[in-house]
Amino acid sequence: MAVNKEEVNIANIKDKPWERVRNARKENRPQARDYIAKLFHGVFETRGDRCFGDDPSIITAIAWFEKWPVTIIGQQKGHTLKERMMCNFGMPHPEGYRKSMRALNQAEKFSRPVICLVDTPGAFPGIEAEARGQGFIIAKHLRLMATLRTPVITIIIGEGGSGGALALSLSDRLIMMENSYFSVISPEGCASILFKDSSLAQTAAESLKLTANDLKQFNIVDNVIKEPEGFDRFNMDESVNDIRRECVLILNRLTKIPASRLVEMRHEKFLGMRGL
Amino acid sequence: MNLFKEDIKAGAAKALDNIERLCCGDCGKEMAADIIHANYSICPFCGFLFRQPVYNRIDMIADSGSFIEIERDAESKDPLSFPGYKTKIASEKTKSNVQEGAVIGKATIKGLRTAMAVMDSYFMMGSMGTVVGEKIVIITEFAIINNLPLIIFCASGGARMQEGIHSLLQMSRTTIALARHSKHKLLHINVLTHPTTGGVTASFAMQGDITIAEPKALIGFAGPRVIQQTVKDELPEGFQTAEYLYEHGLIDRIVDRMDMRDTLADILSLHCKTDMPRLINSSKRNV
Repeated sequence: MAVNKEEVNIANIKDKPWERVRNARKENRPQARDYIAKLFHGVFETRGDRCFGDDPSIITAIAWFEKWPVTIIGQQKGHTLKERMMCNFGMPHPEGYRKSMRALNQAEKFSRPVICLVDTPGAFPGIEAEARGQGFIIAKHLRLMATLRTPVITIIIGEGGSGGALALSLSDRLIMMENSYFSVISPEGCASILFKDSSLAQTAAESLKLTANDLKQFNIVDNVIKEPEGFDRFNMDESVNDIRRECVLILNRLTKIPASRLVEMRHEKFLGMRGL
Repeated sequence: MNLFKEDIKAGAAKALDNIERLCCGDCGKEMAADIIHANYSICPFCGFLFRQPVYNRIDMIADSGSFIEIERDAESKDPLSFPGYKTKIASEKTKSNVQEGAVIGKATIKGLRTAMAVMDSYFMMGSMGTVVGEKIVIITEFAIINNLPLIIFCASGGARMQEGIHSLLQMSRTTIALARHSKHKLLHINVLTHPTTGGVTASFAMQGDITIAEPKALIGFAGPRVIQQTVKDELPEGFQTAEYLYEHGLIDRIVDRMDMRDTLADILSLHCKTDMPRLINSSKRNV
């Protein structure tokens, strides 16, 4: 991948990665439910993994997106404290990913395109989550997305935290909001492990190259959606329209491609991202 | 086991010359590294499993002289220009005697052909960056082209932070490669060794047809320290060990190092489809 180092550096100076990370975490930032309400109509939410329970930190639904019936999978953090606690601060348990797999399987069955909205600090690191196979289920989720015979668009709307976010990102197209981030580890985690000082999160954020612009430079992200001044959940229409336009363009293309070719193209896309 | 006794003697003689010594993590006895590694990297006093160096592991598993390594010299390009990363890589190379966190190649086990990837927890904790990911992809594609089963010995602290998003993407890339391998109806065996965590657990380490683990290996998604900080509670006894995963139905069997070669050969022979499976002396623990 030809990345001009100088260009990346210039982008970074303008970019202020730490600001972006803090923006991505703001309480009033639009979340999956806000986008679902604006982007889709006739939303029918599906619940539960048919195995253990329902995880409110992952929303699955079927709905109309313009002329297409689609499957929606969205990670939800919650705005108020009560919502946040209910959604486990956006950190899914294995049942969340199983629920999402159920939605993906149905999408494939009915040839519905899938739109994923990613917003999580990471999959939940807890005792129960481990006992129920958190790692296993993310691995399975990735495997399912790798071979899914229907188009998948992933939009990172806020935090793209590590494996928990990546699980929904093995898609045909990846879109990021201007103030979202996508990273192997949180800047705080990186600072405390590598620099032995969690207060160096700002430096870590800069070193990790985790902003939408950085990922665009690496050709990992297809589109970056601009966020206007004062962008929050009460003022999001402009960006929603941009997302809609972008998704319509993408679906117009992808829905015409035969499923086996689509999967093949997805494989080529990822296998080509060597980073070497 | 004659071999074992002889090796101890040879090792003891060398130990006098102040060679590298290791301290047992369980009983605390100090021994020459050579003695330990000649004995399957197991403490002769208490049975503690040391992390096994890659090439020792390959010698233990593959038929003598059958292993042929491929892509030995792949190197990380430091895609993020991460501060201090290049120096770190250079020092890890000299320290661990391997080029990167994984070694790949083909071998035979009791005459049965297989592709192999062995991760090395001595090299930056076996963390998965672009090179490790690429090597797993390459060996998987090699296995597809040559119609071979694939055995991966996993050992990893997770995705490598210094390569940021590029490390994370290796989860997707390895998944895709293995999905293709699986589509060709080829066998994928994972052997989880200490430690297997993070992005490796959440991708190829948990995608095998058969998953076995070494005793007491730490296996999990999040590391125990992170979990403890999050839940602010004591972790249960034996949490995230191979035994714990076995109890919870996440792995198929726990296999001792000395039985590993037999077990792998047994599984491989059960999946031979080109000709009649060769009769193989079964391991002690047949089900």
